[in-house]
Amino acid sequence: MGEIKLTDVKKSFGAVTVLKDINLHIEDGEFVVFVGPSGCGKSTLLRTIAGLEKITGGEIAIDGKRVNDVTAADRGLAMVFQSYALYPHMSVRQNLAFGLENSNMPKAEITERINEAARMLEIEAYMDRRPGQLSGGQRQRVAIGRAIVRRPTAFLLDEPLSNLDAELRVSTRAELAALHVRLGSTMIYVTHDQVEAMTLAHRIVVMRAGTIEQVGTPLELYNKPANRFVAGFIGAPHMNFLKADVVAVSAGVVTLAFAGGYRGELQIGQAKLHVGEKVTVGVRPQHLIVSDDPQHPTVKIYLVEALGSETVVHGDLGGEKVLAVLPGQQRLNAGDTVRFDLSKPVLHVFDDNGLRLFTHPGQEG
Amino acid sequence: MGKVARFILRRKGGQGWHWTDIVTWFWLVGGLIIMFGPAIWLVFSSLKTPAALAEFPPSILPYVTQQVTVEGHDKPLMLYNAKMPDGSTRVLAEVRRIGLVAQMVDPKAPAEIVRVNINDRTPVRTMSFATENYTQPFVHFDFLRYLWNSVFVTVVATLITLVVNSMAAFALSKYEFKGRSIAMLVILATLMVPLSVIMVPLYSIISTLGLFNSLWGVILPTVATPTGVFILRQYMLTIPDELIDAARMDKASEWQIYWRIVLPLTAPALAVLAIFSVVWRWNDFLWPLIVLSRRELYTLQVGLSIYSGELNVQWHFILAMTVVTMIPVVLVFIFLQRFITTGIAGTGLK
Amino acid sequence: MTTPSLSAILMAPVNAVMRMIDVPLRRLQKATGIGGMAAFFLAPNMLIFGVFVLLPLVINFVYSMTGGTAFFLSERDFIGGQQYSRLFQCQNYLDPMSCQEDAFWTAVGNTFWFVLLQVSLMILTALITALILNRELAARSFWRAVFFFPVLLSPVVVGLIWKWILQRQGLLNFGLYQFGLDPYTWLTDRNWTFAATIGVSLWAHMGFYALIILAGLQAIPKDLYEAAEMDGTKPARVFWRITLPLLAPNLLVVVVLALIKSVQVFDEIYVLTGGGPGTSTLFLTQYIYETGFASALRNPGLAAAASILMGGVLVVLTLIQLGIGKRGENKGKR
Repeated sequence: MGEIKLTDVKKSFGAVTVLKDINLHIEDGEFVVFVGPSGCGKSTLLRTIAGLEKITGGEIAIDGKRVNDVTAADRGLAMVFQSYALYPHMSVRQNLAFGLENSNMPKAEITERINEAARMLEIEAYMDRRPGQLSGGQRQRVAIGRAIVRRPTAFLLDEPLSNLDAELRVSTRAELAALHVRLGSTMIYVTHDQVEAMTLAHRIVVMRAGTIEQVGTPLELYNKPANRFVAGFIGAPHMNFLKADVVAVSAGVVTLAFAGGYRGELQIGQAKLHVGEKVTVGVRPQHLIVSDDPQHPTVKIYLVEALGSETVVHGDLGGEKVLAVLPGQQRLNAGDTVRFDLSKPVLHVFDDNGLRLFTHPGQEG
Repeated sequence: MGKVARFILRRKGGQGWHWTDIVTWFWLVGGLIIMFGPAIWLVFSSLKTPAALAEFPPSILPYVTQQVTVEGHDKPLMLYNAKMPDGSTRVLAEVRRIGLVAQMVDPKAPAEIVRVNINDRTPVRTMSFATENYTQPFVHFDFLRYLWNSVFVTVVATLITLVVNSMAAFALSKYEFKGRSIAMLVILATLMVPLSVIMVPLYSIISTLGLFNSLWGVILPTVATPTGVFILRQYMLTIPDELIDAARMDKASEWQIYWRIVLPLTAPALAVLAIFSVVWRWNDFLWPLIVLSRRELYTLQVGLSIYSGELNVQWHFILAMTVVTMIPVVLVFIFLQRFITTGIAGTGLK
Repeated sequence: MTTPSLSAILMAPVNAVMRMIDVPLRRLQKATGIGGMAAFFLAPNMLIFGVFVLLPLVINFVYSMTGGTAFFLSERDFIGGQQYSRLFQCQNYLDPMSCQEDAFWTAVGNTFWFVLLQVSLMILTALITALILNRELAARSFWRAVFFFPVLLSPVVVGLIWKWILQRQGLLNFGLYQFGLDPYTWLTDRNWTFAATIGVSLWAHMGFYALIILAGLQAIPKDLYEAAEMDGTKPARVFWRITLPLLAPNLLVVVVLALIKSVQVFDEIYVLTGGGPGTSTLFLTQYIYETGFASALRNPGLAAAASILMGGVLVVLTLIQLGIGKRGENKGKR
């Protein structure tokens, strides 16, 4: 079982507060990813769950039992570290055995567990080598193996892929997902890479400055970001944000005036807006469409990146930067002026405080 | 050969001898003679018989005059090369000397006495190593005991030094706790307190603890070296903290982390400290001199200095034992020089 | 499975002992927490420091204010600052022989001259040696070893080697004899003996300081010299304008280190000369040793007072050294 519940968890180092009242419920068997910019407290949160840092307030419970005062060794969790933290003076086999020997497990069972993990991770060929003689990817597997043999209630993974090169990262990511399916244990995974978060997680926890911004499935976060921060953080390239003024509100429809003079009508749904309010409109680069309609706003292009399968266009819309990812290969050059259709794509409207008011065209919420 | 010579005599700038090249070679060759010469002289001297040691001018190598037993004479006789009036030389044994004339015999025909002017004969000398200089002190004096005491003090003190200092270094490098900076300060302060400043009160403490005239009294005050703590702490700071976190997740106790993770990874620094400690403890002199007053407890250093300070110095034994005392350090130097020089250059501490 | 290696077999009993130690220590860790274990690891060192360094340091002050020949503090009388005033009681402050403790002042004077001459010659020769070893030499590590070799020898061995060389039938007189000069008894002449103590301690320790200076020289970036060469700078100017200024912090540390060691001079000189002839090579440490232990009229209180005065000098020197070291560190950071 691996159900983890955090209630009002606080952590400060001296005068510096790192975690502010974290509340989170992780179900058994779930794959949860903590994501956020560096310094947001995601690694500290993981370490408090691990028991490597003592919390200064609140409660951590594993399977319903309060573990605030239980040491890291006795929480029954296993951790995969960013640097892998393999014992350099021990062979791979000894690295895997170390934790099991410490809990006085019979030799036969240790051997059996190690062999099983070695088969699963395909590291049998170098069981007697030292970590220094392994490649980055091999070390990574050993680090995961060291966690697996423990049969922990939950796996804690602290940016485990960040030291791998890009290609290996993609394949290892897929293997991790498969491993989770196979083991069925709870996994908590920390990363700053939103692609990893999107591809691996059941649920993503987006953090900023010691607080949780939003918890949800990858698509929830993508389609209905709770606020501007989440909207900007999830999705690549980042969402475009355009400033706009509310010039007219009528039943279910709001008229917004964008910089550069373009006016657009959006379906407001249940949201409340009044004339004169300043809002921010977010639109994903992939959703922008080139249009010939003279009503649509003009964008001056200053950079075109032709990637073959798609074309990334950097432009200027009424003084604000916009990025568009257009399908296929486009005949566009820096210096050209084009029009983007803002009436068709999904638009997220955020209020002055960055909270999402509504999304056009009308989906509920 | 030409290549080798060119390599050895490689000079700055290539063409011609700059004055700095001359100074360099003068300094190096002079240094070679002055630094190694005395030690080599010591070794050669230690192999000479007392008679050869008393000779002046001394010979470099241990020569002795050859002797033979000749029929009709009780004592062995000295052998000489004697120049005959006809210009030939014969090997003769000297029976006695009267004034300027030596009475000599041919060992093969001992009946006939040959008279030779003493200026016409030179002793027949051969190399002979007086190995009894080495064996006698061990057999007839206490030097075997001293050697054992020195080895005991060196080995035990080094082992304790390694354990105690590495534990302290571990605490000071891998834990955050109140009073850590005070502990560091205390250790730093002891750098300023050499033995010569505290020998009187230290002696009284050793006596109070009943460690006077005990090898433990020599060992214990030396084992908590600030240098050792600094070398090890510096090294342990480079061990990533994540390794220790990983071990804690692996259910290792703090003692296991120290013993199974940190110590093996600190091996290079431990090696440096071990070498230093061996040299320090082997060479210690003043403190053992104060603590040890019974002959059977002397270390080699104390024993040597006491014997050499006696009125009737038996130099042939002293020299041999000096060589024995020098050997371990020379071995350490030859095999572990790299460790020592990098250790000193890195810490500036001896 | 692989067969166990030799080291594994050798370490097996040690590991077994460590596992046994681990059982009570795990319990201790349960009771005290991880922070408590830090105290446990620090304890042996602190205990030994406390008993054999800090405690003596404190007691030393008490000793210096007591009189008598007894060693146990309980048997000694408190006499206040009398030992200090005894050390400083002189008829004429310019003449050490007029002082009550003339031996102390002789030792102070000898030590002063020794330190002055030995340290300046030491730095000079060590600097020259380091500069030469820093050149492009063939077999540089061999040459470094040549100069470093005596550093590891024990003081007793050093003292005896030179006693043997300087004695009447020794190597030095043999050398003179080869040049047709008369042999001389070096160790019975006051001035020659004093010179010999300086020479011998130079021989024994120069390599150590040369090694530290050499490390400092090698830390000077090579491109500075290449830049100077591009500018056509003369070698002497390179030395004065690049090498010396950049070496200065390192050199300063070496000077203070040499001063600290030099003030404490004892072992090899004691073996070589025993402080003689007369008191011509009596240095402070030997004075303290003989006043405290060796002489028939031993006076531990007086020895303690003298050692505290010497300790004061060492503390000042050490603080200077630490100050320089810290400044160097800060420079490195910037």
